Amino acid sequence: MSSADAVAGVLWAGVTAYAVFGGADFGAGFWSLLAGGGRRGRRVRDLIDWAIGPVWEANHVWLVFVLVVLWTGFSEAFASIFSTLFIPLSLAALGIVLRGAGFAFHHTARRAGGRRVAEVLFGASSLLTPFFMGTVVGAIAGGRVPVGNAAGDPVTSWLNALSLVIGALFVATSAYLAAVFLISDARRAGAPDLERAFRTRALWAAVVAGALAVAGLFALHADARTVYDGLTGDGLPLVIASALCGTATLVLVARGARRGARATAVGAVVAIVWGWGVAQHPYLLPRDLTIDAAAAPSATLTTLLVVAGIAALLVGPAIALLFTLAQRGVVEETARPVRRDAT
Amino acid sequence: MHAFVPLASELTAARSQMAFTLGFHIILASVGVAFPAIMLIANWRGLRKDDEVALELARRWSKVVAVTFAVGAVTGTVISFEFGLLWPEFTGRFGQVFGVLFAVEGIFFFLEAIFVAIYIFGWKRLSPWQHFWAGVPIPICGIGGAFSVVAVNSWMNQPQGYTLTNGKVTDVDPLKVVFNNAVPYEVPHMILAAYLVTGFLVASIYAVGMLRGRRDRLHRLGLLIPLTVACIATPIQFAVGDTAARAIAEDQPIKFAAMECVQTTSTHVTEYIYGRCTSDGVKGGIGIPGLDSFLVGWSTDTEVTGLDTVPPEDRPPANTMLHWAFDTMVGVCSMLILLGLWFGWVWWRRRDIPQTKWFLRAVAISGVASVVALECGWIVTEVGRQPWIVYEVMRTEEAVTGASGVWVTFTAVVLLYAVLGAALVITLRAMSRRWREADAEEPDVPYGPSPPLPAGLQDGAP
Ligand code: HDD
Ligand code: HEM
Ligand code: HEM
Repeated sequence: MSSADAVAGVLWAGVTAYAVFGGADFGAGFWSLLAGGGRRGRRVRDLIDWAIGPVWEANHVWLVFVLVVLWTGFSEAFASIFSTLFIPLSLAALGIVLRGAGFAFHHTARRAGGRRVAEVLFGASSLLTPFFMGTVVGAIAGGRVPVGNAAGDPVTSWLNALSLVIGALFVATSAYLAAVFLISDARRAGAPDLERAFRTRALWAAVVAGALAVAGLFALHADARTVYDGLTGDGLPLVIASALCGTATLVLVARGARRGARATAVGAVVAIVWGWGVAQHPYLLPRDLTIDAAAAPSATLTTLLVVAGIAALLVGPAIALLFTLAQRGVVEETARPVRRDAT
Repeated sequence: MHAFVPLASELTAARSQMAFTLGFHIILASVGVAFPAIMLIANWRGLRKDDEVALELARRWSKVVAVTFAVGAVTGTVISFEFGLLWPEFTGRFGQVFGVLFAVEGIFFFLEAIFVAIYIFGWKRLSPWQHFWAGVPIPICGIGGAFSVVAVNSWMNQPQGYTLTNGKVTDVDPLKVVFNNAVPYEVPHMILAAYLVTGFLVASIYAVGMLRGRRDRLHRLGLLIPLTVACIATPIQFAVGDTAARAIAEDQPIKFAAMECVQTTSTHVTEYIYGRCTSDGVKGGIGIPGLDSFLVGWSTDTEVTGLDTVPPEDRPPANTMLHWAFDTMVGVCSMLILLGLWFGWVWWRRRDIPQTKWFLRAVAISGVASVVALECGWIVTEVGRQPWIVYEVMRTEEAVTGASGVWVTFTAVVLLYAVLGAALVITLRAMSRRWREADAEEPDVPYGPSPPLPAGLQDGAP
């Protein structure tokens, strides 16, 4: 494997992490938007706040990671994507700002009585980012991002059937992931009614996401033969794995199984993200730019791999420490700093 | 297909948007770099001297850090997008050169976020010293992160460590990129600025409280700790800034000429304080003959490069603004040094902070003044580098996106950030009000490990 491929693998690991964690995060926002007002809606949102608030920062760092690896390892691809897809990426960024602001300030908004506004913003922004990221992926897969500064069409590159289907698919997948996660969060919170409610939602979201995935395959067939051929060729095992995981999730959720559904739901997403990667290989921008052609000089690639390795070594244990402390109840919010050994 | 025709108007919009978002981010970033250290000083004092008031300050400040950190993350992410949305030619060509620094920055921020979470939520159950040590990585990561990003900016000022063949980067020497010529002065200058700005900002808030009659120990200590940090940083900053100016006269002579408004290369150059910059020298302003040459080379015989050495299209724009920005930065720094001397003098005589209204008023405006100096410094660096995005290698107009619509995004960004800034101020004020109401419930902070399980979430009902 060349070091360019290795860096592409690191990039893809980041994309996968963002699809799973960012996706679940945005999906939770989607459910909070749909929850409606009233007592019931309030409880759904409380569950969502409680479950995802603490991990927002970590979810969102993955995106920054993906951007940095892309512009360092494959600068030309980054420049081409960001200039041609100026409009959808600006809208995705808008979603991120609103999402972050809604998250940072929702406690304040609650007290100030602006809670409803914050909730709608938070929910709406959760639609913006996955949808427009989906249209970006559609534009890339469809070969509508040529190399160069704004060389592609600023509108039709992402406003076409393929991009719209993939945008919708991203929203549905996020909702599906979030619903599956929230089932067990509701159980942990001791709210059986919410557990039931999210079970229903997960089933619906899974069906919609599955249907959109099939529609996506048709759209790829019509519009993006390179990726379609890849998905039905080298990528086929991963596509099948994704479909199997998706079906297994449906069965597990429908039967009310206590464990397993989260793993299979994540598995379905991971498999399809890697399926896409394998299908596109060796292209970053199908038919226009290969991984090798876009790759930075070898010193940069090596340094990037070393930095990624150090990141894994440092960040891994730090996260483990945080989760261990959290699980032991060592880190939790409290009213006053208490000094215990005041000697 | 759209031919690459950088419209002048899009370029202006892109520059304005970049400047605006960076100018906003840098305030939060400075707070993120320096506040954790100030908070840990209070924590340490609280533990060493068994001082409950200092501990209470540390606890409150940790909540403020959580909020500014979250907003800093949002504004930072926007800047990452802008590298592609606004400057695709720049990042497309040189991302492979400077990008690794951002990857290193990523590690620091990630670690910082984790330890911030542990610190904020570890107040109760961790043993006091364990808790303190859990906080120590935060300022270290802050300094590491600041180094990484500012080194990118230094590289834009002093590009090196790569080979260009037919306009494509074919070889990179990462160490040369990281430790470029401008790093030794730019990075320390920025880190000191972060400490100075945060110190004066926090102190100014407590000074306002004291002016309103809240002169309890909490307010006095809340003023004392950050003010001490800031007053130590200020004279060092002066020395580093002076070194930077001399290095720039050497490395980026046109930037220096524009800062000082030197039109023609000569010796015995007059130093002008303010004044209007015109093509035949400074009009108005206070002139000190020979001083500019003296500052550059310790002798009035030193030759200073003038703007006339390069054609007009290679000179920075808005010369008067640049000159004023530089003078304001230096002026503010000098005033802040005087403030520090006043403080030091009274402390030396009476072992207490000066309690006079005038001193508190001076501290109260020092926060805003230091932010002004911070923004002025960046204007000097960035506008002074123009017309280059990468000094003498790539012009800003070559770097800009070919997409249209930047005016729309710029307008949206200004509106959004106005709301974001207002929400931040309202939140911080609400937190402080709740702290003042004696038996206040805990203010919530945006992230950290899960709070205790809500039993069935029943209490969510109205
Ligand atoms: C609180 C802030 C603050 C204060 C009091 C000062 N500075 Fe500064 N200065 C900055 C904050 C700053 C900065 C953080 O905004 C800059 C922008 C880029 C950088 O690294 O630091 C800067 C840049 C900057 C530059 C341009 C560097 C470049 O283009 O690469 C020079 C020549 C100086 N400063 C000189 C001074 C001098 C002579 C000062 C005092 C007498 C001074 N600064 C005080
Ligand atoms: C590490 C940090 C920074 C980097 C990498 C950086 C990078 C850039 C880039 C790429 C541009 C656009 C191209 C150009 O005009 O040269 C720019 C412009 C600008 N930036 Fe920075 N910047 C940094 C920090 C800051 C900060 C903190 C400020 C604060 C105010 C700032 C102020 C500006 C201004 C005023 C411009 C517009 C200059 C002009 O076009 O006249 N920069 N910067
Ligand atoms: C071009 C310039 C810059 C870019 C692209 C940038 C990017 C970012 C990003 C992406 C984040 C969020 C990190 C995350 O959530 O993982 C962030 C936060 C932060 N940035 Fe910047 N940044 C820039 C300039 C600066 C400068 C000049 C400093 C200063 C010293 C700085 C200091 C920080 C700090 C300390 C944080 C953590 C959040 C906080 O403490 O407020 N950044 N930045």
